[in-house]
Amino acid sequence: MKIEIHNGRLVDPAHGVDRKTSLYIAAGKVAAIGEPPSGWHPNRVIDASKLVVCPGLIDASARLREPGFEYKATLESEMQAAVAGGVTSLACPPDTDPPLDEPGLVEMLKHRARSLNQAHVYPVGALTVGLKGEAITEMGELSEAGCIAFSHADAALADTQLLLHALEYAATFGYRVWLRPQDAYLARGGVAHDGEVATRLGLAAIPSCAETIALDAIFELVRATGVRVHVARLSTHEGVARVRAAKQARLPVSCDVAVHHLHLCDVDIGWFDAHCRLVPPLRSTRDRAALRAGLADGTIDLVCSDHAPVDDDAKQLPFAEAEPGATALELLLPLTLKWAQEDKVALPAALARITSEPARVLGLTSGHLGAGAEADVCIFDADAYWKVERGSLRSQGKNTPFLGLELAGKVRYTLVGGQIVHETAG
Amino acid sequence: MRNPQLNGAGELQHLLTLEGLPPEVIGRILDTAVPFVSIAERDVKKVPLLRGKTVFNLFFENSTRTRTTFEIAAKRLSADVINLNIGVSSTSKGETLLDTIDNLVAMNADVFVVRHSQSGAPHLIAQHLSATGRAHIHVINAGDGRHGHPTQGLLDLFTIRHYKRDFHALTVAIVGDVLHSRVARSLIQGLTTLGTPEVRVVGPQTLLPTAVEKMGVHVCHDMREGLAGCDVVVMLRLQSERMKGALLPSAGEYFKHYGLTADKLRFAKPDAIVMHPGPMNRGVEIDSAVADGKHSVILPQVTFGIAVRMAVMSILAGSQSPS
Repeated sequence: MKIEIHNGRLVDPAHGVDRKTSLYIAAGKVAAIGEPPSGWHPNRVIDASKLVVCPGLIDASARLREPGFEYKATLESEMQAAVAGGVTSLACPPDTDPPLDEPGLVEMLKHRARSLNQAHVYPVGALTVGLKGEAITEMGELSEAGCIAFSHADAALADTQLLLHALEYAATFGYRVWLRPQDAYLARGGVAHDGEVATRLGLAAIPSCAETIALDAIFELVRATGVRVHVARLSTHEGVARVRAAKQARLPVSCDVAVHHLHLCDVDIGWFDAHCRLVPPLRSTRDRAALRAGLADGTIDLVCSDHAPVDDDAKQLPFAEAEPGATALELLLPLTLKWAQEDKVALPAALARITSEPARVLGLTSGHLGAGAEADVCIFDADAYWKVERGSLRSQGKNTPFLGLELAGKVRYTLVGGQIVHETAG
Repeated sequence: MRNPQLNGAGELQHLLTLEGLPPEVIGRILDTAVPFVSIAERDVKKVPLLRGKTVFNLFFENSTRTRTTFEIAAKRLSADVINLNIGVSSTSKGETLLDTIDNLVAMNADVFVVRHSQSGAPHLIAQHLSATGRAHIHVINAGDGRHGHPTQGLLDLFTIRHYKRDFHALTVAIVGDVLHSRVARSLIQGLTTLGTPEVRVVGPQTLLPTAVEKMGVHVCHDMREGLAGCDVVVMLRLQSERMKGALLPSAGEYFKHYGLTADKLRFAKPDAIVMHPGPMNRGVEIDSAVADGKHSVILPQVTFGIAVRMAVMSILAGSQSPS
């Protein structure tokens, strides 16, 4: 299959490319850019003259809900949502049921994902058995099975001695560890940011120091062990400042923010809107501003969807009882574009946060469109508006705080390994 | 998001919170309650305003006192009253909150009086009724989590107005566990809406929520400072589970610092009134000499509470469905 993506605006942040040109794809790879290879006879020509052509998006956190939570979502539904959102690679956290703590589970997930022939799935293994925080997992076996990193997802890990040992063990073999910075005790029972809104609504609160204390502990452990740590889901302005300082001190750390936290804050909870029940909690406008600025200046390496499909029954409950999470795979691109447009971040810099930067943090060779690269491509209309509605989302999870909102940025084509896996009419 | 308790015409559709309720609406409820106080003093304590209507008392959290006052209020308005203590029935069988509501709607309920341990549960029910085209059914919040207890707030306002007339010159101190108190939140919102110039919250840092001053109150940690020159002192109930542990070392130490005694009450104005939402812990937050003393208006609060709940129900029953 030879595909010519004709005359699009090619934005390839990894190579500093942003120009009108054509992309020639053959045998699943980028065969040429600009000038066609000799004897070029494409099977398909995509007119991209009004479209942006960029590397397929890489989402550093998307829950597919398999195994164990198939009533919330299935691999089939979520992989369709991924490619509809231009996402060609995604990392899935280990908080399935059972958690991804055994090689067999990881192999099965990889096998199921491969057979669907859509986005690439990169499992993140559980750092401790059953995510219970008691014993470290067989990280070697899990790595061989396909885990790209190890994390504790959102499960509490209060035992810092165990965390130290887990990091030492990971450092021994060069494994990457992803940690969500939240002190288990300070966050206990909390469902909202400790501020004016939680006070007014009478919601149990999580103070910002739950994040900063955890960050301080993580950075100390990084210093002690030398392990590479990725900090998942920053939520506070104090946290952004700490990551900035850690990077200045040349600690081997990276970090991300969930796309919701770029646009929403605790005020959006309104009258107990369970769509805004997220983990970490939506914090203040000041925190949101710092997260946006941190993403722009590179303190925050990447933005992820933190996709978490939740069924309606689990959302139609009083705020604190509602299950946290929101569907977001299909919103990662438009919400990143919205941030870039509002904060005057250039398109290549914005797309880097969802392509080349996550590729670097995940340790993938994809995320760019140089000659010879895997042809994972996202082709989108940056000016096309669409309305976020239950019916317009492919994910089985229909719950998002952005329901009803019109967003710019419609994915027209998604290619994985040179195959068109998603296309919609312009 | 628009406050779902007012309909398109600005009329009260549900009573979910005092936050954002226009002062005229609060004033109308208080005015409506005045004649209901005298009904209770008559031989025949009934008016036919809610005849033929069915009021469901939905108590997902146990409360004999609040449920009883709502029951009396509804019966004096001639409504049929059904009491359901759901805390011990269907939800424990796995039925969701909204399934319970749908079942009761099918029994032709007109008013739901809802008490729930989770903040926001009455809002959820009201939104569900609107979303399913049954907005003619009214929801009254009878206390949700730490969030609100608007009828308690209204009866507190009624009591203050009864004794002090004008809110515009008052100093009010609310003492104790504000963090966990829906009573405090509703009263603060009501007092600030009606233009009370000085509302204070008094307690240790462990029992005051973050940024509480953003609700328009002054924070005091010392009783002498907190009660100085007060017209109204509102004592909050201290739940027994708070009395020892991380928030407070002991009931005794709490009483020493924040328990209201005749000595401490001297810091307030000589004609200050003392209120308490009940049930009281004598010797923990309030000394018996004060609770039973001349400043105390704790029992009139209970009487006024029935009148205020009658007023709320009669206003809701008379309001139009949103078009």
